[in-house]
Amino acid sequence: MFTDTLVELAKKDKDIVAVTSDARGSVTLDKFADELPDQFVELGIAEQNAVGVAAGLVSAGKKAFVCGPACFYVARSLEQVKVDVAYSANAVKILGVSGGVSYGALGFSHHSLHDIAVLRTFPGMHIVLPCDIYQTKRLVEELVGYPYPVYIRVGRNAVPNVYENENIDFKIGKANLLLDGDDLTIAGTGETVYHCLQAGKKLHEQGIKARVIDMHTLKPFDTEIIEKAARETGKIITVEEHSIFGGLGSAVAEIVAQTGNAKLKILGIPDETAIHATPSEIFKYYGIDTEGILKIAAL
Amino acid sequence: MIENSLSSVLFLEKTAEEIRKRVVEIIYSARGGHIGGSLSSVEMTTALYFHVLNIDPQNPHDPDRDRYILSKGHSVETLYATLAQKGFIEQSLLDTYGKFNSRLAGHPTKKTAGVELNSGALGHGLSVGVGMAIGAKMSGKSFKTYVLMGDGEQGEGSIYEAAMSASHYKLDNLVAIIDRNTLQISGKTENVMALEPMRQRWEAFGWEVSDVNGNDMNEIVSTFDTFDYSNRKPKLIISHTTKGNGISYMENGAKWHHGVPNEEQYHQAITEIEQRIKQFETAL
Repeated sequence: MFTDTLVELAKKDKDIVAVTSDARGSVTLDKFADELPDQFVELGIAEQNAVGVAAGLVSAGKKAFVCGPACFYVARSLEQVKVDVAYSANAVKILGVSGGVSYGALGFSHHSLHDIAVLRTFPGMHIVLPCDIYQTKRLVEELVGYPYPVYIRVGRNAVPNVYENENIDFKIGKANLLLDGDDLTIAGTGETVYHCLQAGKKLHEQGIKARVIDMHTLKPFDTEIIEKAARETGKIITVEEHSIFGGLGSAVAEIVAQTGNAKLKILGIPDETAIHATPSEIFKYYGIDTEGILKIAAL
Repeated sequence: MIENSLSSVLFLEKTAEEIRKRVVEIIYSARGGHIGGSLSSVEMTTALYFHVLNIDPQNPHDPDRDRYILSKGHSVETLYATLAQKGFIEQSLLDTYGKFNSRLAGHPTKKTAGVELNSGALGHGLSVGVGMAIGAKMSGKSFKTYVLMGDGEQGEGSIYEAAMSASHYKLDNLVAIIDRNTLQISGKTENVMALEPMRQRWEAFGWEVSDVNGNDMNEIVSTFDTFDYSNRKPKLIISHTTKGNGISYMENGAKWHHGVPNEEQYHQAITEIEQRIKQFETAL
């Protein structure tokens, strides 16, 4: 969905450029490369160069989207992201595909469970994890003219939609309330949002009024919606396909620990290399799926 | 572009000495800086800003301007002194260098007018330059991109990713320069990590390579003036220089990578430079 939308927008805006590092297949950029070869830059297996080149393209007036596996862009080329993109305020859009544990059994080298933690500490860097195709489409439309560097993480596998269509409120930095309630809050980001919503709906059926929030933007963080949830529900469960260190749970903890209004449970991948399994098996194993959330909510 | 006449070269040589003097002054005043590599690159930087680059201090964000990236960001004192000499920043701003909360950081930042990239981490500039050069070609713009790297910096592997891509995309609008002063912080580059045969390595990557005495203004200017910017080849200048150039006791000393002169040394340096400025003024 991301690259389909990008192709459509790039046909109308010649300044949109896609940059990649032998990842046109993984990123589904084949269509972009075929239809818009003059707006496509292939750099081979060289992520550091790809990010630096993208920064240079922005500096030359282009709207550059550098696209490839999240695990490489937020590790191998991290210094380029830090210095050439964030520090130099070059509004590159970094699309990290197959994020989190999307690559499943391929192992820790291919997982990106540290990306949010690291990028949150870079001043000027914005971070968004869309949760379904509709939100992704709206995100791409907003990204084209967005004047800041943004890291976008998407998954590899098809996921059920959270939203019913693309006519949704979407603004980078403004979280979406999916389900209202005052008994507890479940906040997710990216692919876990679907599971948060499913768990929330089941809890409502049981008479527990769960509030469900889609925290699609990790930075700038919507502190207001979390402060309100802490105050009004007193309990928050965060759910993320990320290390339990430094991600969504930590961002929420930074708020509630200072305001003291809520108990918090952080669900994510513990401090270990994730087991070798399919993504859905990994979600289940670590309890970041619907069932896992319901177990914690019942405690 | 200025005619490559005797008077224009003399003017550039005098300008270089004026910049060199400011470099020594601000490093002495700040009690810190990277003096050796700043001084070796003064002539090259002067030639770029006063002869080569199509830039306007009154319009530093002109989309058609030539781009210059100081990839060896630690030679920032020469960049700042040159930007002041050219009129991008006030000379008085230079005096804040190294002082509390100065707008002038110890490595270049875009907070300073005329700076194109926040640098300091080595091995980044050439990739960004490649992006600028590709961007120019995509937009049908004629601006050129110039990237100055250090020779010690050549240890960074990312440079060779960039080098490969520049020839792959036939970026004849890109010029890379290596300030080949043969010294890095731990000693001779060839002892730390051998960089030779530098010319053949870059030629193998598909670049057009020129060896230049980078402290000889006439040679520098002639090299730029004869470039063919439509030959489908990126260009590399190996700029053979002397670290600490222009200050007799600093020349070729690795300890002056980031040494700071004491009072006596400072006055000697200024005296040497001022004598040369006088000679150029007389000749002009």
